[in-house]
Amino acid sequence: MSVSVQHTDFDLDAETAHLASVSHNVGAVATFLGYVRGDDALAAMTLEHYPGMTEKSLADIVSQAQARWPLLAVRVIHRIGRLLPGERIVFVGVASRHRGAAFDACEFIMDYLKTRAPFWKKEETEQGARWVDARDSDESALEKWGK
Amino acid sequence: MGIKILYFASLRETVGCAEEVLESLPAGVATAGALREWLCARGGDWTALRAGQAIRAAVNQNLAHAHTAIAEGDEVAFFPPVTGG
Repeated sequence: MSVSVQHTDFDLDAETAHLASVSHNVGAVATFLGYVRGDDALAAMTLEHYPGMTEKSLADIVSQAQARWPLLAVRVIHRIGRLLPGERIVFVGVASRHRGAAFDACEFIMDYLKTRAPFWKKEETEQGARWVDARDSDESALEKWGK
Repeated sequence: MGIKILYFASLRETVGCAEEVLESLPAGVATAGALREWLCARGGDWTALRAGQAIRAAVNQNLAHAHTAIAEGDEVAFFPPVTGG
């Protein structure tokens, strides 16, 4: 299990190849990538976080996923700082023997990351800057995991 | 030891403070919720912490509730609902 919070972009091929290489038993690797959308003439997005708690919170989420599914490897990368439309924000990769666990654990980690990990987005547009509001749909997404 | 308080995102901007240290826990304040009320009572921009506002708390970097106990030496944080991912 490995968690990173960083300004820099990441190498998707290298991350995926590493997940696949951790064990001969890997039969599935599921990955999720989140990008900055260019909606509403967005000029840039700045991600703030709570250093220390962020890493701890992501590690807790990964541990919960590992307790629910037989996972062989998990990688979470979340970027911080100022990002432009089209740039990658987040990567979650999960390796398992079978696809079911890999798909489910990947979605579980993203659902909890969205609602529990202390990151905040601020959008910049021509009209100025504004903090993004949390969405109720993100919180209700947790219901499928029985909270 | 005192108590360290952190503020993030829109709340940090509203109160104009990212971090402060109280020399000691204010009298009668023993929970995250009571500390929030005490801070709100400063008035002005601090009323952004008033009841009903969507503000979350963490104690020692774990998500907390209003009734979560706090003590000298703790790190308490207040922030709006998270929006990462």
